[in-house]
Amino acid sequence: MAKAVNSKSPKHPRLPKAPTGIQGLDEITDGGFPRGRPTLICGSAGCGKTLMAMEFLIRGATEYGEPGVFMAFEETSEELAQNVSSLGFDLDKLIADKQVVVDYVRVERNEIEETGDYDLEGLFVRLGYAIDTVGAKRVVLDTIEALFGGLSNQGILRAELRRLFRWLKDKGVTAVITGERGDGELTRHGLEEYVSDCVVFLDHRVIEQVSTRRIRIVKYRGTVHGTNEYPFLIDEDGISVLPITSLGLQHVVTDDRIPSGVTRLDAMLGGKGYFRASTILVSGTAGSGKSSLAAHFIDAACRRKEKCLYFAFEESPAQIVRNMRSIGIDLEPWVTKDLLRFRAMRSSMHGLEMHLATIHKIIRDYRPSVVVVDPVGSLLQVGSLKDTTAMLTRLTDFLKSEGITAFFTNLTAGDQALETSDVDISSLVDTWLLLRDIELGGERNRAMYVLKSRGMAHSNQIREFVLTNHGIDLLDVYLGPEGVLTGSARLSQEAREKAADAARRDTVAGRLRELEVKREALEARIGALRMEFEATEHATRQGIDRDQAHDDAMLRHREAMAASRRADQAVPATPPTPTSKRQRGAR
Amino acid sequence: MTEAERWQLRLYVAGKSPKSMAAFANLTKLCEEHLADRYTIEVIDLIEHPQLAAGDQIVAIPTLVRKLPEPLRRIVGDLSNTERTLIGLQLRPATSSD
Repeated sequence: MAKAVNSKSPKHPRLPKAPTGIQGLDEITDGGFPRGRPTLICGSAGCGKTLMAMEFLIRGATEYGEPGVFMAFEETSEELAQNVSSLGFDLDKLIADKQVVVDYVRVERNEIEETGDYDLEGLFVRLGYAIDTVGAKRVVLDTIEALFGGLSNQGILRAELRRLFRWLKDKGVTAVITGERGDGELTRHGLEEYVSDCVVFLDHRVIEQVSTRRIRIVKYRGTVHGTNEYPFLIDEDGISVLPITSLGLQHVVTDDRIPSGVTRLDAMLGGKGYFRASTILVSGTAGSGKSSLAAHFIDAACRRKEKCLYFAFEESPAQIVRNMRSIGIDLEPWVTKDLLRFRAMRSSMHGLEMHLATIHKIIRDYRPSVVVVDPVGSLLQVGSLKDTTAMLTRLTDFLKSEGITAFFTNLTAGDQALETSDVDISSLVDTWLLLRDIELGGERNRAMYVLKSRGMAHSNQIREFVLTNHGIDLLDVYLGPEGVLTGSARLSQEAREKAADAARRDTVAGRLRELEVKREALEARIGALRMEFEATEHATRQGIDRDQAHDDAMLRHREAMAASRRADQAVPATPPTPTSKRQRGAR
Repeated sequence: MTEAERWQLRLYVAGKSPKSMAAFANLTKLCEEHLADRYTIEVIDLIEHPQLAAGDQIVAIPTLVRKLPEPLRRIVGDLSNTERTLIGLQLRPATSSD
């Protein structure tokens, strides 16, 4: 069969790359920056260029054994060391160990007078010297545009820059150049014309008071790369890029089932519970018990020694633990054993991308089997409906591809039709439990039902449940003419049915008793008839015996007389009767 | 500007390139003319001593650094523009046409 249409020609050699070691960046660049070539990182002030360049260099030295040179045109060596120490990098130690050289180049226009022809050989000498000192394989020039500010002869400058990049290629070092973003251009001074192998653009937007950082690969010669923007965040471990996970829906599925933590709920879910690595949504109005269901699920998972992660956007972890204790679920021991980790934050703290990137990072570090997001709807505070839905789509994709079971709760407004949810991920989720309050006869009682559960036969019964001090209890179903009965209506129905039962039982008992009586009467009658019959039989038999005896006696008498008279013996006196015959035979 | 003030000039070159030779020639001529005997020229060849480039923040070649008298002045180029060189060395005040 023909090979896949989009495969590259096998003769094309794979471009050698220098791995950056930056979380997520090597994924979106398919291996890192091009080895032995210059890469341009451009963006506006404060977008993280220097940091990214520095992290590339430092990780090159600490993780890949490639020493590096950092030519700083804007910050001093001390300033740089300070800035990167907040990310956990000890620049001073690397310098002391001769793994990294930092050379600060200052070009101040008012200190310089240009008096004729010159070139930038001084820069080359310094760079060459630094590279040779540590045997550097990586070089950062941050930011070489400062030369444009210091020296006014553009012609010389541009010619020398061209020479510089050729020289860097000849030296075989992987270079990272940073450039400040220009108006409508990638860089203010057109550096992109010299650096054409790989161009990366960093963006730092503030939209409605929420800041988002994004990275985009504008150009990468010789490599297939994603052209989308990827969000990234900068935290105490450096830069973390969030690669967009497979939107190709190629997750591996499993048949494993895990219990929900509420036995009778498992019964409603085909008898076994949720599918592992599926996405579960519980929606309902305020106070309907969504978080309690989440707590049951977590409790069950922790008992199986599976790790759980709880992202709480509205309540503090302490509050959640306390509230769950009141229904008999103690989450504290799981927290102590590190089987349960809480991450609580207000959704308005970050943009959506940051939330997603943070969630990715925490999951990568902790590797849980279960992730709870409670509630997902609060993310709407920081994004439009469309953006939030897109972000949740990516999150569910990521969780599925990691084999993590996701448990989302969502708040629905009381007056909406419950099957619509404002954040509409209902088509994404595999199992959807709806919690609703049933109002009947002046009371509100809690009920739940399984609206959908892909891949299994599930109950469609609306079940009442209560939050007791030993957890959620699903109660037996009572159907009345108006539908499911809950609360006191159910209680009265229960009572009525019990009474009816009792009455029926009484009736049955009564009937049985009647039957017994009749039977006894019959037996008595039969007994009497039988005795009568026996008496008759006895009398009859006696009569028969008497007659028989009489007959015998008569016969004997006649024979005796015949014998005494010596009459004719050859001929019998009377024809033999059957009885006499028998008796004669018996003699 | 006292008579006893001694000028200390450092010329950074890179090998014997034409620009470097020209700068040296122009500098000596200029110093003879304007600073007769009050000066010392130190020529530093960065090809031989690359580690000395960072100290005086040398980027361009040739660069002339006036170490004394203070303040430090840097003059970049082959010094063919005498006017600018003198202005740079503060031997002539900058004219309004600049």
